[in-house]
Amino acid sequence: MKFGVVVFPGSNCDHDAYHVVSKHVGQPVDFIWHKETDLSAYDAILIPGGFSYGDYLRAGALARFSPVMTALKDFAAKGKFVFGICNGFQILCEAGLLPGALMRNADLHFICKHVHVRVENGDTPYTSESEKGRVLSLPVAHAEGNYFCDEVTLNDLEENGQIVFRYCDPDGELNASSNPNGALSSIAGICNKEGNVLGMMPHPERACEELLGSNDGRDIFRSLTKAIEAAV
Amino acid sequence: MKAKVYVTLKPSVLDPQGKAIHHSVELLGYQSISDIRQGKYFEIALDPALSEAEARQSAEQIAKDVLANPVIEDYRVEIAS
Repeated sequence: MKFGVVVFPGSNCDHDAYHVVSKHVGQPVDFIWHKETDLSAYDAILIPGGFSYGDYLRAGALARFSPVMTALKDFAAKGKFVFGICNGFQILCEAGLLPGALMRNADLHFICKHVHVRVENGDTPYTSESEKGRVLSLPVAHAEGNYFCDEVTLNDLEENGQIVFRYCDPDGELNASSNPNGALSSIAGICNKEGNVLGMMPHPERACEELLGSNDGRDIFRSLTKAIEAAV
Repeated sequence: MKAKVYVTLKPSVLDPQGKAIHHSVELLGYQSISDIRQGKYFEIALDPALSEAEARQSAEQIAKDVLANPVIEDYRVEIAS
């Protein structure tokens, strides 16, 4: 089993992702420069957080044209695992690997704090070690995390179980005050129809050790590891 | 040949930046402003040998593929010689 962490100019959570895979998942992992075009050695690719291309034009908009993205689309089409976190989620939406878009936070603030998210689907490769309704404490750090899509897409997401995480309060209730960025339907993370591509705004890779205030993120990486084992 | 591309948020999409700007404008004393929406403006220099139709086609394609995100934004192209 081998993981890769894609590094774009401006990625800055690449080392966090690498650290979690090597230390907590305990699997080999490489940094992959965005000019790479061959991903055949990998079972899962992480698209880390940061500010790829300085967030110029729109967050994630220019990273979509990096050479690695063509290989990544083939990789995803083969059913292999692609996990975008924060800027990684924005990039996957811009690249069309996930539906919708991430807009400026409703209150215009850069939000950097721990939030609660509720697992909405416990049957994805990323949540099998969790269960539906479980509340996770994870940090967010973004200015463009306000998820938006049209009504038809939202219905599709709902019907196909593609809404994987929603912002909630500590008791798992959804309300306006537990939605940090104004995201449509409190959406914090979604997957594609097949379930192998996941994008989320919160940072599970920053929540894998008690010292950092939460280790709820480990369940997501544990689930992914199990899914890769089953697929390999 | 120059193409001017205007990218704006779709009318159905909230524009918190526009709202904040509107608020500041009101603080300046302009009370008759009902709304401000923020957008982006691009100038694309094109080969002068292109016809207007060709220039428009290129600029439209660039706007659609790169400059605007069709999920949340509309675009408008103007060609100036």
